[in-house]
Amino acid sequence: MKHSALLVAGAAMTVFFLVVAGISFLWAPYPVEELNIAGKLLPPSTQHLLGTDQLGRDVFSMLMVGARTSIGVAVLAVGIGLVVGVPLGLAAAAVNGRFFDDVIMRGNDLVFAFPSLVIAILITAVFGPSAVNAILAIGIFNIPVFARVARAAALSLWTLDYVLAARVAGKGTVRISAEHILPNIASLLVVQSTIQFSLGIIAEAGLSYVGLGAQPPTPSWGRMLADSQTFIYTAPRLAVLPGFTIVLMVLGLNLLGDGLRDVLDPRIRRART
Amino acid sequence: MLRYALIRLISLGASLAAASVVIFCVIEVIPGDAASFMLGLNAAPETVAALRQELGLSGTLAQRYLVWVGGMLTGDFGVSYTYRVPVSELVMARVAVSLPLALYALLLTTMIAFPAGILAAYHRGKFSDFGIMGVTQLGIAMPNFWFAMLLVLAFSISLKWFSAGGFPGWESGILAGLKALTLPAIALAVTQSSILARVMRSAIIDTLSQDYIRTARAKGLSRRQATTRHALRNAMIPVLTIIGLQFSFLLAGAVIIENVFFLPGLGRLIFQGITQRDLIVVESVVMLLVFAVVVVNFIVDIAYAITDPRLRIRN
Repeated sequence: MKHSALLVAGAAMTVFFLVVAGISFLWAPYPVEELNIAGKLLPPSTQHLLGTDQLGRDVFSMLMVGARTSIGVAVLAVGIGLVVGVPLGLAAAAVNGRFFDDVIMRGNDLVFAFPSLVIAILITAVFGPSAVNAILAIGIFNIPVFARVARAAALSLWTLDYVLAARVAGKGTVRISAEHILPNIASLLVVQSTIQFSLGIIAEAGLSYVGLGAQPPTPSWGRMLADSQTFIYTAPRLAVLPGFTIVLMVLGLNLLGDGLRDVLDPRIRRART
Repeated sequence: MLRYALIRLISLGASLAAASVVIFCVIEVIPGDAASFMLGLNAAPETVAALRQELGLSGTLAQRYLVWVGGMLTGDFGVSYTYRVPVSELVMARVAVSLPLALYALLLTTMIAFPAGILAAYHRGKFSDFGIMGVTQLGIAMPNFWFAMLLVLAFSISLKWFSAGGFPGWESGILAGLKALTLPAIALAVTQSSILARVMRSAIIDTLSQDYIRTARAKGLSRRQATTRHALRNAMIPVLTIIGLQFSFLLAGAVIIENVFFLPGLGRLIFQGITQRDLIVVESVVMLLVFAVVVVNFIVDIAYAITDPRLRIRN
């Protein structure tokens, strides 16, 4: 019971942020491109629910539009991991033990050996800071994660009778991987995607915080935190609010991921820590 | 055992070689030549060429790669373009901040995570378990640099117990140095101890369901005795793996925290290197960090193989 309650809470929080990010495309209380120096650093009021920032922009609107950036970057980074990592993992499992498998797994180990944040900073520095490069930098580190999950899960499936039956029926390796293996590891991939999604939100915030994520005037939660640091004495609210939003978003995703895992695959209930 | 260690050692060497190629290639892609960057837009082409020569930027890709790797093998990491001092000197000065910070954070992490994890496992399903796990969920969801800002807000600005950043240097006393590292270490430890407490809890719960715990209970040990004497020891294997990973993460991953607190550590050195196009610094420091990660993993692997012979066969 407790678990499903947490699952519902996590799902509700996640959906809430997705909806807010969606609405921001159509409507926000104030346009975030509009600067109003005369009305800067206003405390919360009925006009500005959460007050205004150092350039007079409405903080509530900034958080809404920022959700778009943070979620967009994290989701696309997960997409990169899925699209590249899963086929690699499936291929490695299909040729289990052979040279190709070894190459992929050692390649994975190699990526894991790199300090990911440092490399992400390096990548964004090489190709110039932008949201797209932040997606690439975070996405690259999702690839080995998904490759590993897909390979481990697929390996055990390859020994099962129905895969053998498909083989006897004349299906090739690629078709078996796509038609029989992939659907059966989908639930694991969904769970892993939620986890990587939440890690992506934090990574994006970190990159934006050091100025290597989305560039102004595009608002992002990490960027708002970075800008707020100068005003931490006068307007601590500017530092507290975006961070609090990140915590809620990540917490929601983590609860969702944990809950989904318990529902989708009771066998691995205690595997993730 | 010797054969296993040898195989691991060869794969360690291969990883490092592959890593060096990757790092070198990424750095080569960076637009902007260090020599022209340093001399500015109006520099004469001859001056730029002379500086390129001096910095070791001339020659083919392969030549430059070999010079770099060969230098590192003999302890020569090159000379920083901007600081004009050997990179090894810069690194040593920065390690004096980053290593103590990582160790400090790791100490706090284990000091928080061990009791929390053991307590949660021991009271599994009860209110205290639920409370501890709830707090760890929050800890994991929190970006550590944001928590760092909150710490500054509370302890530097409001209470004025700590300075908001900077590092006085170890020459002004060990206590002053440790004090400057305290808030950063706490900020780093929050996420890490949340992760470790969860690992600890599930590792103990796993071992508590083992037959040898039942045997221990059957021969008259209390639950607490069985936990401390048998479960805890066996639970240490996954816990040590994570601690190993966390150590290398703390060494390299403190980039952002170092930025929040203006600490002159390795992460900040890389960050400055990137912004100032001081590529030799970036190249060598990233390589050193990868080296640290790979070596820590190697030591952890060997430590397991010594304690658990089954692991030797599997590989």
